[in-house]
Amino acid sequence: MPYYENVFIARQDVSAAQVDGLADGFAEIVTGGGGKVHRREYWGLKTLSYRIKKNRKGHYVLFNIEAAPDVLHEMERQMRLNEDVLRHLTIRTDDLPEGPSAVMQGRGERERAHRDGDDRSGRSERPSRGKKDDGGRK
Amino acid sequence: MSADAAPRPAPGGRRPFFRRRKSCPFAGPNAPVIDYKDTKLLQRFVSERGKIVPSRITAVSSKKQRELSRAIKRARFLALLPYIVK
Repeated sequence: MPYYENVFIARQDVSAAQVDGLADGFAEIVTGGGGKVHRREYWGLKTLSYRIKKNRKGHYVLFNIEAAPDVLHEMERQMRLNEDVLRHLTIRTDDLPEGPSAVMQGRGERERAHRDGDDRSGRSERPSRGKKDDGGRK
Repeated sequence: MSADAAPRPAPGGRRPFFRRRKSCPFAGPNAPVIDYKDTKLLQRFVSERGKIVPSRITAVSSKKQRELSRAIKRARFLALLPYIVK
């Protein structure tokens, strides 16, 4: 069965627990259809880069799914019907990713930087910033 | 005769605006993987206005530039990156 990656954004007015319930519902469609949810991440209430249906923030949930196409189709249909889902994106992936996604990793690093103090994070920041400046000038 | 001399500075001599060709930031063994979720990485290839920076400036190879633009567009759709910054 092919692998898929799905991200959906829920409205800002719903609570985190409700989002969890929503995600449970979608996961159930997958498992009910003989698929498997390999990874599930809740990214929290993130600020959207632009407004979607008057929302400035949204709850992001990521799924890594192994399921038959028609099962996934049904899940997408349910996402479209659900008023709490602002947007969803499904992508077919060649393999299953290991470990947490870049979003969760970034968050972990930020927390670590806070804990360790600024000297280590400062050093790791500098080279990337230098590269960016270089690119901008040319 | 005069037209011959005009366009290029002495062959073999140092050209004033010579720049070393930069290599693709996504080439090599420990290069970052292009992922639409990794906004921190994608942000480096987007201008202040939110536009995708051309590969001739960032020196990204054309194959990776295609991959990169796909990732940026996906990130924009999910409101992880802006379509435009005013």
